[in-house]
Amino acid sequence: MSGHVSPIRPPLVTGNKTYHQITEDLISPTERVPSKAWIIGFILSVSVFSVGAFCILWTIWNGIGTWDLNRTVNWGWDITNFVWWIGIGHAGTLISAILLIFRQKWRTGVNRAAEAMTIFAVMCAGLFPLIHMGRIWLAMFIFPYPNTRGPLWVNFNSPLLWDVFAISTYFTVSLLFWYTGLVPDFATVRDRAKGMRKKIYNFLSFGWTGSAKHWQRWEYLSLILAGIATPLVLSVHTIVSFDFATSVIPGWHTTIFPPYFVAGAIFSGFAMVLTLMIITRKILGLEDYITVEHIESMNKVILVTGTIVGVAYLTELFIAWYSGYVYEQFAFFNRAAGPYWWSYFGMMFCNVLSPQLFWKKSWRRNIWITFFMSIFINIGMWFERFVIIATTLARDYLPSSWSYYSPTWVEIGIFIGTMGLFFTLYLIFCRVAPVVAVAEIKSILKTGGNQYVGPDAHHAHADHQKDAIIQKEMLDKDGAGTQAGNPTFTED
Amino acid sequence: MAHHNKEVIYGLYDDETDLMKAVKEAKELHLEIMDVYTPFPVHGLDPILGLAESRLHIAGFVYGSIGTLTAFLGMTWVFTKDWPIIFGGKPMWSVPAFIPITFELTVLFACVGMVITFYIVCGLGPGVTNDYLDDRITDDKFCLAFDTAEVDSAAVKSFLSKTGAEVNQKVL
Repeated sequence: MSGHVSPIRPPLVTGNKTYHQITEDLISPTERVPSKAWIIGFILSVSVFSVGAFCILWTIWNGIGTWDLNRTVNWGWDITNFVWWIGIGHAGTLISAILLIFRQKWRTGVNRAAEAMTIFAVMCAGLFPLIHMGRIWLAMFIFPYPNTRGPLWVNFNSPLLWDVFAISTYFTVSLLFWYTGLVPDFATVRDRAKGMRKKIYNFLSFGWTGSAKHWQRWEYLSLILAGIATPLVLSVHTIVSFDFATSVIPGWHTTIFPPYFVAGAIFSGFAMVLTLMIITRKILGLEDYITVEHIESMNKVILVTGTIVGVAYLTELFIAWYSGYVYEQFAFFNRAAGPYWWSYFGMMFCNVLSPQLFWKKSWRRNIWITFFMSIFINIGMWFERFVIIATTLARDYLPSSWSYYSPTWVEIGIFIGTMGLFFTLYLIFCRVAPVVAVAEIKSILKTGGNQYVGPDAHHAHADHQKDAIIQKEMLDKDGAGTQAGNPTFTED
Repeated sequence: MAHHNKEVIYGLYDDETDLMKAVKEAKELHLEIMDVYTPFPVHGLDPILGLAESRLHIAGFVYGSIGTLTAFLGMTWVFTKDWPIIFGGKPMWSVPAFIPITFELTVLFACVGMVITFYIVCGLGPGVTNDYLDDRITDDKFCLAFDTAEVDSAAVKSFLSKTGAEVNQKVL
């Protein structure tokens, strides 16, 4: 609302929106009959998920022997997929928490969908350690609770247990953060609805009235949750990296892992947000809210984090050589030139080389390049986890134990099934909730709407649309534009 | 919001700047404002309305501290008193290894506690139905409401229409 907006800052909401139009544009997708594209997508996602569900049941029924894990490769596609999904789940809280603290207003266009994506990705991730336990019916053993076995406690010194705490906390906090943000928007849906629909949204909106005191507390809550979710999001992937870094496996036992994993997580998370947002904005017609500016901002984050990841790869290589430790040197030589060279190549190409295209502004702003890049990055980040996990384990200290690990149909089916689960949940979310935060977009309209800021802005005190239009016509004659609420910059 | 069957007069403004001007004037005229309802958080409204700063962060700190203590003391008790086990020759009370879980539980307790507190103090929650004045408040109208028991109806009505609001009346 208040505060100075730089005149060179591009608008975040285009199309001369009024508050009512924002409501109309963002809520109506939940009110319409689902489009053909949505129905096809939903059927496809549910089918793919069913395949995954079958493979999960197959694993539970027959045991982990249905996977190609062996004596040394005891983590394969399962943990690769786990780390991959957790990484993807980092963008949502990063966008909503860290960017909120940094006052990056462009987050309002994408935060809602990114948070939803986070929650769904963490659900997909959490599945893997659970089924990897083999006896999933004993999964509650991972929680410390007074039990009749002693009580026998969990090992609080183990990074695997830290992971249990980190991921369950992350999931809970993300869910609460997301839902609290949704409550006012559910109230907006409620107030437009009738009959049964009104009853459902009345329940979901928790009785929200929009009282000034409630808004004040709501903003406080968002800000403090953001403040504590920021170290949380960094801690989660740090702890995931501890699963590897605290072991004594060459190639894993490195101090660079926490920052390198966190950067990689943000990198892949933003890529997934872009994949989803590019499709969503097109199908739901939200180009005025998720603009090319938003895409460019995310591409900048991708460029930075991709480069950090690249530097980390090269640092690892250098340190392996510089350490003079032959096992470490072999681990890295084996990654690049061993039997899994193709995954190393895929990782380097997709994660390090391809994002460098984004140094060029016109490519950062190109939707197609961005879309393909986002897919590329997610493939690359999957390869990164595969390189770290399977490649390293397939070449143990003992050459007699060496093997070539490749997944069985069950492992492939489970992985593809989690994608089905992810997209099923996302598609349901698109139907029942506004994918862009309605109240938050309204709150940035006067500092982010294209009629107030940017090259097409109308005159300063244009509070009402009709004044704005009249002034726009006057300005068009003069050929000069001024900024809302800002000093006028004219060159005579 | 308690159900008192209040007779409420409210004005709907089209823009938050009009609302803020009206709130300021109402304060100057010493009209007792019942509440203000807006479609989004209007910055700068709280001081004009005279709303005290929220104390939610204090609650958050307390909950967080409970989390810290629960985690750290709990792990300490388990590993030194209840069932001491030596892991890898490390001390029973291996404090650095307790840091991650202590941190996570601090965050968990603070967040869950604050969110629950938020809903309770606002009188919101699953299954709660609060009466609200107008469907357009969550869309694009900015509402200034007066309780007829506290103000003179005629004066408020003329004040609202003079400041550019659409005047309405409803029993809450």
